[in-house]
Amino acid sequence: MPEEKIVDARDTFCPGPLMELISFMKRAEIGDQLELLSTDEGSANDVPEWISKVGHELVSNEKIDDVWHIKVRKAK
Amino acid sequence: MKILFVGGGMGGTIAANNVARRLSKEIRSGKVEITMLSATDQHWYQPGLLYVAFGKMALTDICRDQSSLLEPGIKFFVDPVEEFELKQNQVRTKAGVVHSYDMLVIATGCEAVYDEVPGLKESSETPYTRDGAVAMFKKLRDFEGGKVAVVVGVPHKCPIAPIEITFMLHEFFEKRGIRDKVQLQYTYPIARIHNIENIAKWAIPEFERMEVDYETFFNMKEVDVDNKIVHSEEGTEKEFDLLVTVPPHRGLQVIEDNNLGEAGWIPTDRYSLMMNDQDNVFALGDTTNLPISKTGSTAHFESEVIGENIASLYRTGTATREYDGKVYCFIEADRGRATNACFNYIDPPEIKAPTKSMHMLKMSYNQWYWSSARGLL
Repeated sequence: MPEEKIVDARDTFCPGPLMELISFMKRAEIGDQLELLSTDEGSANDVPEWISKVGHELVSNEKIDDVWHIKVRKAK
Repeated sequence: MKILFVGGGMGGTIAANNVARRLSKEIRSGKVEITMLSATDQHWYQPGLLYVAFGKMALTDICRDQSSLLEPGIKFFVDPVEEFELKQNQVRTKAGVVHSYDMLVIATGCEAVYDEVPGLKESSETPYTRDGAVAMFKKLRDFEGGKVAVVVGVPHKCPIAPIEITFMLHEFFEKRGIRDKVQLQYTYPIARIHNIENIAKWAIPEFERMEVDYETFFNMKEVDVDNKIVHSEEGTEKEFDLLVTVPPHRGLQVIEDNNLGEAGWIPTDRYSLMMNDQDNVFALGDTTNLPISKTGSTAHFESEVIGENIASLYRTGTATREYDGKVYCFIEADRGRATNACFNYIDPPEIKAPTKSMHMLKMSYNQWYWSSARGLL
């Protein structure tokens, strides 16, 4: 059964939201979904770019009250 | 009251000493009992391994007897915990001893793991383990030139290390007079060369000055041992004659085996440092799942918060401090220089130009560390 998790990487600089996402993706099963919360403006571009390079799926990417909510699904 | 510390690394040691000093009268009168359980009777200054790997320190310089670092009154046993029975407020050790507690601090740390990247262990050098640091120095000393690749696993402890390693490789080969024969290649898992934007901005011109090639979005997938090629998850590759790695890390297996946290990372409140859904269990340092730097510095500042709060909880029933995410990192550069990064949950670091005095301060801290572990600095 695919899992859905939230990683709260708001207000952190190191290791940063994308590094947290990569850590999660290594442990996740195919089909698992993660919602990454980030206050780092760069995440809105960096995360989709990495997801595209590696071949996972970007589910959604939106900014709500200064927080980026980026949903991704492990695809392979 | 029984206060139990599991883990005798930097975090556990500083926190235990902090509590012991704050509650020294209560310990002497028998009202408070502090116990520490560790897997070893040795205490290693882990940041010193970087210097061992470059021949600047010896293993004997970075190790002390753990018992010599603890405040009088702390009961210390070399007997690692195998079972955490949180509902019963007790742990069970390898020797079969049951220790009950009123407050528990889990500081078991994390460790390098290689099984996620086939071929990495047999192909690479690393300053992250004791054997690895010694072996790395021998390889660097004998290296006659070629392609040197720095590759970084995720997650890893000491996030500044990839940058420092690269500076130190440049300096090492320059001093050996073979820098012109070495093609230094740096890789990093995300979109810039360091996760902290200001460090990345500072390091890029330094890398260009040192003629260090760099590639971002490079996550190790596997190493072709025979052909000396690292393949990335992103579909690129790096050839190497010498491979230096910051290996991936995980929390300890005992944490996962006891269902305390996925991959060995304990879910922890970022301000109280209390384990989620517990009211008498703290987690600190590399042990937590917090999305912050896994460094001795983090453990140090967290330990001070936990020490103060345990004493306060004992005396008043209320915690008095919250952890603000403070981290302070020295950053070794080349030419005998260093800079530093200090930040918290809110304020990013501002990176200044490296200076020789900051390098001297770092070298001094390498000696002062033992006072730091005792909780005196």
